[in-house]
Amino acid sequence: MAKHKTPLLDQLESGPWPSFVSDIKQHAEVRAKNTQKVNYQIPVDVCDDILGILELSFKHGRTHWKHGGIVGVFGYGGGVIGRYCDVPEMFPGVAHFHTLRINQPAGKFYKTEYLRQLCDLWDMRGSGVTNMHGSTGDIILLGTQTAQLEEIFFELTHNMNQDLGGSGSNLRTPSDCIGQARCEYACYDTQALCHFLTNQYQDELHRPAFPYKFKFKLDGCPNCCVASIARADMSFIGTWKDDIKVDQAAVKGYVGGEFKSNAGAHSGRNWGPFDIQKEVIGLCPTGCMKYEGGKLSINNRECTRCMHCINVMPRALRIGDERGLSIFVGAKAPILDGAQMGSLLVPFVPVEEPYEEITEVIEAVWDWWMEEGKNRERLGELIKRQGFQKMLEVTNIAPVPQHVQEPRHNPYIFWKEDEVEGGWSGDINEFRKHHQR
Amino acid sequence: MAFVSSGYDPKEPMKDRITDIGPRDYNEFYPPVIAKNKGKWLYHEILEPGVLVHVAESGDEVYTVRVGGARLMSVTHIREICEIADKHCGGHLRFTTRNNIEFMVDSKDKVAALKKDLESRKFAGGSFKFPVGGTGAGITNIVHTQGWIHCHTPATDASGPVKAAMDVLFDDFKTMRMPAHVRVSLACCLNMCGAVHCSDIAILGYHRKPPLLDHEYLDKLCEIPLAIAACPTAAIKPAKVEFGGKTLNSVAVNNERCMYCGNCYTMCPSMPLSDTEGDGIVLMVGGKVSNRISKPEFSKVVVAFIPNEAPRWGKTTDTIKRIVEAYAADAKKYERVGEWAERIGWERFFDKCELEFTHHLIDDFRDPAYYTWRHTTQFKF
Ligand code: SF4
Ligand code: SF4
Ligand code: SF4
Ligand code: SF4
Repeated sequence: MAKHKTPLLDQLESGPWPSFVSDIKQHAEVRAKNTQKVNYQIPVDVCDDILGILELSFKHGRTHWKHGGIVGVFGYGGGVIGRYCDVPEMFPGVAHFHTLRINQPAGKFYKTEYLRQLCDLWDMRGSGVTNMHGSTGDIILLGTQTAQLEEIFFELTHNMNQDLGGSGSNLRTPSDCIGQARCEYACYDTQALCHFLTNQYQDELHRPAFPYKFKFKLDGCPNCCVASIARADMSFIGTWKDDIKVDQAAVKGYVGGEFKSNAGAHSGRNWGPFDIQKEVIGLCPTGCMKYEGGKLSINNRECTRCMHCINVMPRALRIGDERGLSIFVGAKAPILDGAQMGSLLVPFVPVEEPYEEITEVIEAVWDWWMEEGKNRERLGELIKRQGFQKMLEVTNIAPVPQHVQEPRHNPYIFWKEDEVEGGWSGDINEFRKHHQR
Repeated sequence: MAFVSSGYDPKEPMKDRITDIGPRDYNEFYPPVIAKNKGKWLYHEILEPGVLVHVAESGDEVYTVRVGGARLMSVTHIREICEIADKHCGGHLRFTTRNNIEFMVDSKDKVAALKKDLESRKFAGGSFKFPVGGTGAGITNIVHTQGWIHCHTPATDASGPVKAAMDVLFDDFKTMRMPAHVRVSLACCLNMCGAVHCSDIAILGYHRKPPLLDHEYLDKLCEIPLAIAACPTAAIKPAKVEFGGKTLNSVAVNNERCMYCGNCYTMCPSMPLSDTEGDGIVLMVGGKVSNRISKPEFSKVVVAFIPNEAPRWGKTTDTIKRIVEAYAADAKKYERVGEWAERIGWERFFDKCELEFTHHLIDDFRDPAYYTWRHTTQFKF
């Protein structure tokens, strides 16, 4: 029997989409029965109380969580979020309900053996409720009590070779797209770089020393499956410099209807026969493609690598061989001065171990931001406040037209004194010799 | 419920302490066919909704069955996922950025049994545990934030509206009839920890009332300077207030400047701002993150406010469905929602989606606002 009546939540059990309500209910039952004889370290009925408190929020249209005191594990300033409910008498099982962020493996591949170990740990020492995954990328373990935090951390590090992720004013857990593991569009090994950066910057990830949060996201190509260009203070987006590789026979395969356009992504509707002129040549944003006499040609110098033609004809077109990544900086959600998309900082860098050309840029950016950034100022806001030119200066990157969408709209250039011949300390007496008062 | 020690000694926290080891090495987790062919994939194809094949230079193939899931999931559910992966996939699986689960097998003859198994499993309440779909020009899983299950500043729930919306959009999770893929996201307050601001359709929780001030407790429970510093618009000032015959240190909020972000509440529990009538949903559309054809775009606010209607958020899901249908009927192949709206003009977008345009939808927030007003004689009647 359910501990609390949940008539509103119960209405979310119907319908085809997987119901989290049904899932939490089934887990509440597993805990109540406890056929596995788990030695539960937090209240057995914690899941009943989760449903109870959520039902109350559904009724009130208001949350019942408050931000608690600072809790965490010794020596780390992130990875744990303190949480307490504001109706502890009604729902004692969730009176203390802290979250742990567990640093997910790059690419989010798992073995069941690992997941089971994590499930056992979390069932015994926490609510057994998770997020797979949180929006930054971590595995989120939702709801445990303070006394369990060190125990969980000890078990994670000693038995599972697994560390916590980031939270607070530090490097947040980096995340990446599936990349070369299973995607033919990937221009570099996103998993390798993601794992490297995560390990390289463990101190920055665990011990908040930044003005605010800082995110790395890694996309293998301009399709941007992990939204790096919109979401990361520093985005690493795969690209290439040479020519798109064309398999003319396969192009004919598409034209002849042998292969489905866009890898079959549109097969739910009859869009008519594939029309290469209209669907590829005509939609190329730079107009750099031609299809004449049964042959596709691309003026690669004019191509901006938007991926459209490759997405439409993956069997016929392939990314080039001179591969690397572009670095964008400063993306963030709208709060406060409006949303910012990442701004191009490094047009191209090859991706080679030990990744020094990349870490140099990262560290120069951090040095500047830690020196100049105000409390709670994201990198993008600092760039806006001090100017993109300053960003180039601190990273020692030469300005190129690729850095801008278009040149400035005003002539109010802040010249530096050494850029102007003779400097700024002219001689007024000399001037007056030729110009009366 | 006797306390069980992990081995950690609270008297000596540094004894045998292991720190800064990072995540597990991804190489440990690759299925063999992935490990072998990494970086050597030739092409892929979506064979049917939710089923993909990737073909490698070696001639190897990997078949992926993608299923949707609530990102809020219990260990009982994860154990069931493991059971399936053990049975069909040699103990391997992966999660996607959009909270889908991918089961991979190395030959075509293993797909049907896997798919059948996945689709046969239902929760006691009747919903699918593992609906197959979420590929190509359809509507995949909604990425979202915490909501009323765990956060202190939400203006709406997350898992609830997501479940309600996905129920309404379910057919398009299972088919690929859209002009292009449609990415739906939800964030339950304007902090947008899920960064939904570049989605085809973004569901955003929004407060409309400044924080309440619990003067009696404010100085006792909060560090007033921290609360003041937390406010992004500098709306909070220190103030002395008379309470119960005493003069107390507290704060005053300039309501006109407040953007209802709840950052003060994060610092100070005596400044709560949830409110049943004040809170609700904003709908934003037309954003994207991909660089395909056109550049990445921010989503635009097209509905300023819809009240929270737990448990099924009917008006929100109806409006989303209407936008999706108008888009599906009118957009050209490959055109994303935002590209479609740009082509037909936003004035037409409001017509076709039968949405009301109100003054709330004209940007008045700082500099970027100007760039959104009309600066040309080209517009449609
Ligand atoms: S971002 Fe590009 S490389 Fe990465 S998964 Fe998406 S399409 Fe593939
Ligand atoms: S990648 Fe884009 S810009 Fe380049 S040829 Fe293809 S469609 Fe044109
Ligand atoms: S979007 Fe806001 S309310 Fe929702 S989880 Fe993030 S910070 Fe909390
Ligand atoms: S809700 Fe945000 S804007 Fe309003 S007073 Fe609090 S911190 Fe300031």
